[in-house]
Amino acid sequence: MHPNDLDRIARQIRLRDLQAVYEAGAGHIGGEMSAIDILTALYFRVLRIWPDQPKHPDRDRFVLSKGHVALALYVTLAKRGFLPEAEISTFLKPHSRLNGHPNCNKVPGVETNTGPLGHGLPVAVGMAKAAKLTGASYHTYVLTGDGEMQEGSNWEAISSAAQFGLGNLTLIIDHNRFQQGAALRDTNNMAPFADKLAAFGWDVSEINGNAMAEIVPALEHRSDRPHCIVAHTNKGHGISFMQDKVDWHHKVPSAEQYQIALAELSEVL
Amino acid sequence: MNAATTSEKLHDCRDAFVAVLERLGAENSRVVAVCNDSVGSSKLGGFKAKWPDRLVNVGIAEQNMVGVGAGLANGGLLPFVCGASCFLTGRSLEQVKADIAYSNANVKLVGISSGMAYGELGPTHHSIEDFAWMRVLPNLPVVAPCDSIETAAAVEWAARHEGPVFLRLSRVGVPDLLPKGHVFVPGKANTLRDGDAVTLIANGTLTHRMMKAATLLAARGIEARVLNMATVRPIDVDSIVAAARDTGAILTAEEHSVYGGLGSAVAEVVVAEAPVPMKILGVPGIFAPTGSAEFLLDEFGMSPPAIAEAAEELVARKSSRG
Repeated sequence: MHPNDLDRIARQIRLRDLQAVYEAGAGHIGGEMSAIDILTALYFRVLRIWPDQPKHPDRDRFVLSKGHVALALYVTLAKRGFLPEAEISTFLKPHSRLNGHPNCNKVPGVETNTGPLGHGLPVAVGMAKAAKLTGASYHTYVLTGDGEMQEGSNWEAISSAAQFGLGNLTLIIDHNRFQQGAALRDTNNMAPFADKLAAFGWDVSEINGNAMAEIVPALEHRSDRPHCIVAHTNKGHGISFMQDKVDWHHKVPSAEQYQIALAELSEVL
Repeated sequence: MNAATTSEKLHDCRDAFVAVLERLGAENSRVVAVCNDSVGSSKLGGFKAKWPDRLVNVGIAEQNMVGVGAGLANGGLLPFVCGASCFLTGRSLEQVKADIAYSNANVKLVGISSGMAYGELGPTHHSIEDFAWMRVLPNLPVVAPCDSIETAAAVEWAARHEGPVFLRLSRVGVPDLLPKGHVFVPGKANTLRDGDAVTLIANGTLTHRMMKAATLLAARGIEARVLNMATVRPIDVDSIVAAARDTGAILTAEEHSVYGGLGSAVAEVVVAEAPVPMKILGVPGIFAPTGSAEFLLDEFGMSPPAIAEAAEELVARKSSRG
């Protein structure tokens, strides 16, 4: 799929995500907008997956460690055929399987339950290690937030991935520079990430994580070492008034803001 | 059936665990062991010698260990995640909750050296909270076998069971109580001795002490029923209700805090289904003083004579209720 087509799909996913946040009155829209280009590249270009066989043993694994952006994953999975697109309107409704954080026993395409931060990468290390042990050819991808890298469990996993020589593992850090309460740099600044990962023995790429032409080749990069993509993104990407504003971690747009955001996203479709 | 009380042969249940694990490993290449630099304390040396690649040692990193276990299961393997129970359950509690129980990952968590097995190393290394932490988690059977025979049978069952399991093992020697060929049935207690005056319920390292207490009670004309209740979750409601109705008093003992463990699980059933006098023996809500596991169990009123005395008091309470 051509980068332009991927961009078009990403905008459609952004639009549906925005609508769902507005309708549900909740969500994590800032981090959803920053990650949607990466999710789109994975699900519409890179991942070897079969939506009608979500447990196919040879499927590539994708773990959304920043589970609070579940809605972006649900919209992407629905668009890719894992669940009915109409079901997105049940997001957060009583008894909906579309919880605020993804549930692997209810939602096809979800690999493991996430929500508490610092959980996805250790599990992804186990998935990649399993492929090494069994000779399976699948590749494992995991997306973390940048604030999430403050969790010590991630660094346990980073060290073991290098020790195990997991060339079949790709970590993408959604580096949007903001966490829930403030900028990373004003909280516990783990950035810059590249040198730290390299020091642990990882192969590292730095890209613009909101540019398809850079995302796709980075995701397709292979070596004999685990690969970290430091994806420089913008919180709230695609919606001008949200961009790089910490408030938009989980704020819900007003009716007026919603119309502005709809217009901005629609105009580039 | 009564346990031998003189010159009994004691077994380290870790030996039974690894014997079955290695047999399962030979039969099924999907069986892998995961540990936190605990090859020695988990007795995984034999497994490692046979299948070095299938021994996944993450080093001293328990959160990662449990997460890696979940990922290995996702990749189609059958992981036995082994570590000192205090660290496996305490350090990794959120991983056990989210990655294993909530995700319903087919991972077998094996807490080694549970209870006060590390005795003199002190309360940091005691695991007397693990029943409480583990048994509140949905999807996660919690099992503390009483001897090497039940340990072997429980490991066999855990491997066949599709879903997570927490096995709580000790390193403290215990005599064999169950018959050879015993088949483990989750959520089902074994009646080791029948009686009508009082019921003694225990698991793990306390079951043989309960049997010895029952022998002491029998010499005084008090016939106690002894239930070995390895499964703390799901708890055996039927056996507890029958014990309450048939014997009218229940005494529990466990190598665990009196808060939140086996006794609490039994009490939850008793108060709701068949209220009778009850007493819970265990660590009385304190950090234990220095001493071996055996010393501390005696110290906290769980020597066979002290158990017998507590049972007699319960029988008296029952009688005074008329």
